[in-house]
Amino acid sequence: MWEYTDKVKEYFLEPKNVGSIDDANAVGEVGSLACGDALKLFLKIEDGVITDAKFQTFGCASAIASSSALTELLKGKTIDEAQKITNKDIADFLGGLPKEKMHCSVMGQEALEAAIKNYYGEKVEKVELEGELVCHCFGVTDELIRRAIRENDLKTVEDVTNFTKAGGGCGDCVPRIQELLDEVRGQAHTEAPAEKKPLTNIQRMQLVMQVIDEEIRPSLRKDKGDIELVDITGTVVQVALRGACTNCPASQLTLTDFVQKTLRELVDPDIVVKEVSA
Amino acid sequence: MSQRTVYLDNNATTQVAPEVLEEMLPFFSELYGNPSSMHAFGGQVGHSIDEARARVAAGLGCEPGEILFNACGTEGDNTAIHSALSAQPDKRHIITTRVEHPAVLTVAQKLEKRGYDVTYLGVDEHGRLDLDELRDSLRDDTALVSVMYANNEVGNVYPLPEIAQIVKERGALLHTDAVQAVGKISIDLAKLPVDFLALSGHKLHAPKGVGALFVRRGTRFRPFLLGGHQERGRRAGTENTAGIVALGKAMELATSHIEEENTRVKALRDRLEKGLMSAIPDTRLNGDPEHRLPNTANISFKYVEGEAILLLMDRLGICASSGSACTSGSLEPSHVLRAMGVPFTFAHGSIRFSLSRYNTDADVDLVLAEMPAIIKRLREISPFRNGDGPELPPCTC
Repeated sequence: MWEYTDKVKEYFLEPKNVGSIDDANAVGEVGSLACGDALKLFLKIEDGVITDAKFQTFGCASAIASSSALTELLKGKTIDEAQKITNKDIADFLGGLPKEKMHCSVMGQEALEAAIKNYYGEKVEKVELEGELVCHCFGVTDELIRRAIRENDLKTVEDVTNFTKAGGGCGDCVPRIQELLDEVRGQAHTEAPAEKKPLTNIQRMQLVMQVIDEEIRPSLRKDKGDIELVDITGTVVQVALRGACTNCPASQLTLTDFVQKTLRELVDPDIVVKEVSA
Repeated sequence: MSQRTVYLDNNATTQVAPEVLEEMLPFFSELYGNPSSMHAFGGQVGHSIDEARARVAAGLGCEPGEILFNACGTEGDNTAIHSALSAQPDKRHIITTRVEHPAVLTVAQKLEKRGYDVTYLGVDEHGRLDLDELRDSLRDDTALVSVMYANNEVGNVYPLPEIAQIVKERGALLHTDAVQAVGKISIDLAKLPVDFLALSGHKLHAPKGVGALFVRRGTRFRPFLLGGHQERGRRAGTENTAGIVALGKAMELATSHIEEENTRVKALRDRLEKGLMSAIPDTRLNGDPEHRLPNTANISFKYVEGEAILLLMDRLGICASSGSACTSGSLEPSHVLRAMGVPFTFAHGSIRFSLSRYNTDADVDLVLAEMPAIIKRLREISPFRNGDGPELPPCTC
């Protein structure tokens, strides 16, 4: 059983500001079903002041509590004040979080950033994948890891995993995380040049589903085939071919030359399609 | 006002049966002697251990001499695997499954690092093994096949008689982790040619800290613990006399309740499962609907996360467990659900309900009354549930 503070329990059991805002002018989405947590943040900003904040969260108790705490922190703040909120502020507001759950507070900070960008009219979901994707399991970039190390004074790979999830899946990126740790901890605290944000997992997931529904499935159905999306982990998309595709000798070609190619063109050049028997 | 506990986490551990407690208590007071002593005071305790051994053997259909008492299921699994390998130093291949308990999987992974070849058999979407894959994996240098009798998370019961036949034809040793099966389904070792079988007391209403390993007569054996003549030199260490007596009694009780387990308890489980799945939309049963333990139901609730569900259940005194990532502190859902390819939309929201003969209709009624509101509440918070979240593809399983 987790050692949650009373404040975490309170904000999980009776979360404040659940829901959506119909006329929100700043919306930020982060996370994904595949990762086990996702947050959609709605803000109403009037004359540079956040007059209302609401959230929807899929996740554990600390994810729900962190999201609710964030909305409470945001209400009444100017955009400038809001931009100064860090994941540590969210965790402190709740009287602290178990270290394995710190990534829930980071998710709040990311959603806030996405919402502010959205307010300024940056099309967040159309960002080209830039920066280096370090952790493919959880879709974490080098920029996010660098920042988490700087802002929370992280010292070990385990710390980085607790805060960003990076390295918590297959573990292939652990050496790269260590390099980033050495790099950030070895250098003075200078602001790295801002890089464009890559697709978040949730954006990538929505796009993949949309492309499969609108582009891929109709064309397979012409040949009495069908496709089912089984899972998305980072940039790996697992699908099962159905109908006439299942015993079609050209099904491998269909997967690489059509499904993967279409997804790479329309969603993300790094996408890898794998067939699973579901 | 104290809240009633509705305990539906019996695959994690069980209540000690009152009859078991009663029988073991004297071994903490007047019967404190060491069975190895020369004096009659200690010697009488030795007779109680003999009686417990006979009871356990009777429950499994084997001879008392084939039962070693130990501390837990994990010890039994570790002992069987290491014994099988050190008795056949020329064989360097092991076969197990992707859905084993960590007490087997972690040992296998460590042996891989030490140069052993390990084949991990996959499972289909219902967690079923493909026996042809087992057949094809067996080699002349296969030392051991280790397949669980029943899975702790989804309750699948594996076809050990068929597996044993395939393995014995190729001359490899066979171990089964039967920790979840013993006490819930009938096992007859007279008819089932496995070489090792591990069981654990606290899964069948005995206390924690006692287990047993069956080693078939004639199987070459290498002890895990050295330094004493106890258990005929096969497991050194002063006997946990109270625990062993308790396990004997628990085994006797399990045998007399096996019929009830597979009728009344199964009916309770079925009513719980069907009730939840018909009252709550977007659910999914994980595991093999046909070949399953009578007490286990693993159900996924789409769009919500297991840890949050458990905490809301806990407030009402309902105990269960989850295969979600967040409950374990790891970042990925259970290895069993992943091996089964349970879609991510379901894996994080899986809840395991596991019953015992101490559960009642009132327990099931309470869960059926409370669960829909718990899931509804969390779905109302979830961005995936109310039209403006992404529409997920339909699951065709």
